Amino acid sequence: MFSFELLLNAVTAGLLLGGFYAAVSLGISVTFGLLEVANIAHPVFIIAGAYGAYALNTALALDPILAGLLLTPIFYGLGVVIYRIYYVSFEQRGEQSLRGLVFFFGLMFIVEVSLLLVYGVDYRMIETSYIGSSVLIGPIGISLRLFVPFVVGLILTLAVYLFLAKTFYGKAIMGVSQDSLALRLMGADPVQIKTIAFGLGIGTASLAGALLLVIAPVEPSIGREYIGRVFAITVLGGMGSIGGTLVAALILGVAESLTATFSGPSWALAVSFGLLLLALAVRPAGLFGR
Amino acid sequence: MIRQYRCRIRAWARRGVLLGAIMLVIAWASVSQAAPAIRIGLGMALTGGLAPNGKAALLAMEIWRDEVNQKGGLIGRPVELVYYDDQTKPAAVPGIYSKLLDVDNVDFVISGYGSNLIAPAMPIVIERQRVFMGLFGLANNEKFNYPYYFQIMPGGPSPAQEFSRAFFALATQQNPKLRTVALVGADAEYPHTALAGARENLKKLGFEVVYDSTYPPTTVDYTPIVRSIKATNPDIVFVASYPPDSVGLVLAAHEVGLRPKLFGGGMVGLQFAQFQTKLGAKLNGIVNYDFWVPEPTLDFPGINAFLKKYQAQAEKAGVDPLGHYLPPWAYAMMQVLGQAIEATKSTDQKTVGDYIHANAFDTIVGKVKFGANGEWEKARMLLVQYQHIKDNDLSQFAGPGKRVVLLPEEWKSGTLIYPYAEALK
Repeated sequence: MFSFELLLNAVTAGLLLGGFYAAVSLGISVTFGLLEVANIAHPVFIIAGAYGAYALNTALALDPILAGLLLTPIFYGLGVVIYRIYYVSFEQRGEQSLRGLVFFFGLMFIVEVSLLLVYGVDYRMIETSYIGSSVLIGPIGISLRLFVPFVVGLILTLAVYLFLAKTFYGKAIMGVSQDSLALRLMGADPVQIKTIAFGLGIGTASLAGALLLVIAPVEPSIGREYIGRVFAITVLGGMGSIGGTLVAALILGVAESLTATFSGPSWALAVSFGLLLLALAVRPAGLFGR
Repeated sequence: MIRQYRCRIRAWARRGVLLGAIMLVIAWASVSQAAPAIRIGLGMALTGGLAPNGKAALLAMEIWRDEVNQKGGLIGRPVELVYYDDQTKPAAVPGIYSKLLDVDNVDFVISGYGSNLIAPAMPIVIERQRVFMGLFGLANNEKFNYPYYFQIMPGGPSPAQEFSRAFFALATQQNPKLRTVALVGADAEYPHTALAGARENLKKLGFEVVYDSTYPPTTVDYTPIVRSIKATNPDIVFVASYPPDSVGLVLAAHEVGLRPKLFGGGMVGLQFAQFQTKLGAKLNGIVNYDFWVPEPTLDFPGINAFLKKYQAQAEKAGVDPLGHYLPPWAYAMMQVLGQAIEATKSTDQKTVGDYIHANAFDTIVGKVKFGANGEWEKARMLLVQYQHIKDNDLSQFAGPGKRVVLLPEEWKSGTLIYPYAEALK
């Protein structure tokens, strides 16, 4: 069944999927990779972002991507509040390891149940002009439903990368991830910097949620399906490396797509996670980890 | 003086008798009110992937319970539903049914929604020899052959094969003859069983299988799968999928340009209003199984009254606004159990179980009669085709003409638009 055309299409589909995975994993890369806060509730914030985009799309006929973008400040604020609670309740007392994990577990269920109460259990999906259509470039078919999230995912990754690399606050976040004491000695407040970083991580969830809504129907508990993937991508890319997250997401996307095309879709996830194990065996810090 | 006393005594006696009578009435009323409820226990997917169906089914059961209680209950006892959320997790089911039977001491148990969640309850129910009403389990009793399992989905004696039988029967009727088939489905209980049944049917009919694969339910992008199917150029594509993958596969089929002669089969989810309104015209041409559709040939007594009641509560409950797929069957399942309890005047499991086996029941989905293995004695699976869907308006799906019945002949309401691509024009 192998053909060059099929191979080209599989790689393209994998890259498109990888762009989406990058957007979904970006928040975890910041909160877990840089701040080492095991925010396992991140996927549920993505689902909350999807529902937010759905609500704006339904009420105001806004494009889901635009809706996701408009919701970013709200999600940033939410992230700020959550980190403050987490800091005061756990991190300040040095109890962040296990109790912090329980906190995020609890948060995950609270958000999930809140979505259930507001929207019910029914699947939600939207209708836009680019869902269900595709363009042909030579032998390659590009599904717009995946292309739009790919482009937005790349832009989002680039924006976060530039923010961390070029701005004062970004550099401070990178600094706090390496040595918060040194940052304190420089006169900066590590807690404030971490708060901004956590807000940034959750802020990306609204846009990632909007991308998810474009790709597939959502229901409140669907976020759990992404927990494994997003942590795997963050670890594979190297903790805290934004570029690494993008590369790892693309690798996983292409691996899934190639396996689904040529070896049977059942093996897709197994091959992806096999790759993760293999990569970690060779480079325990991840592909771009230090 | 004595006379005065007698009068007083008589007056007091009269008051005493009156008071006693009132006390008796109150006591009797409280005794009759305290008649223990018939408790029916179940686990149901109220959260998780199958929750949209689970909540809709529960609403239908609650409608039945309220109607029964308004009429005085069953055998003079009110009916109570005792339910727990199984979270669409098969691992949660054994604990729920053990609690229902050992701690809650329910009188009857019924299943939650779907094969995956019925299977783990079977050993517990069988061990305790309870009547077990099944809601849309596909061949769950095939290996157990438990005599008191009754399954409301009209799959007939061989439900695994029945799920695809009409689809492939339709394929054999086409000219020129169709030869090649692609089979695809999710890695889960129902799709595996449906695909196994499809393979048996294909073997008998002599089709050539050119693609046969399953995918994990967590798959995000279905275009590589559909592209692989397209590369094999099949005449027929049979899909056994759950709601999110059904949507993903329909969208991917349009994006990739998959155009077999027949497409569909066992796609769960396309029957739900939420997806029908969003997929709209992309559904045209798909030939899929169904159980009840608002076609004139299926206008059973009571079905419209039930749907009216259901639809009035659906929005508040946050469930499927039309409720054509599962709710009527959940209601009918309760009707069967209720009629059996009422007819036997008993809650004895054997008595009720034997009665259900021996009798036919009038329900809102038609006459129901169970066979030896607890499935319908005679199958009544419908094969429908989505036709003439123009936009995303919900009301078009409420009436006839959008999901016409192709098979069985007895319930036929329209003709096939063939091939698949023709219906997309």
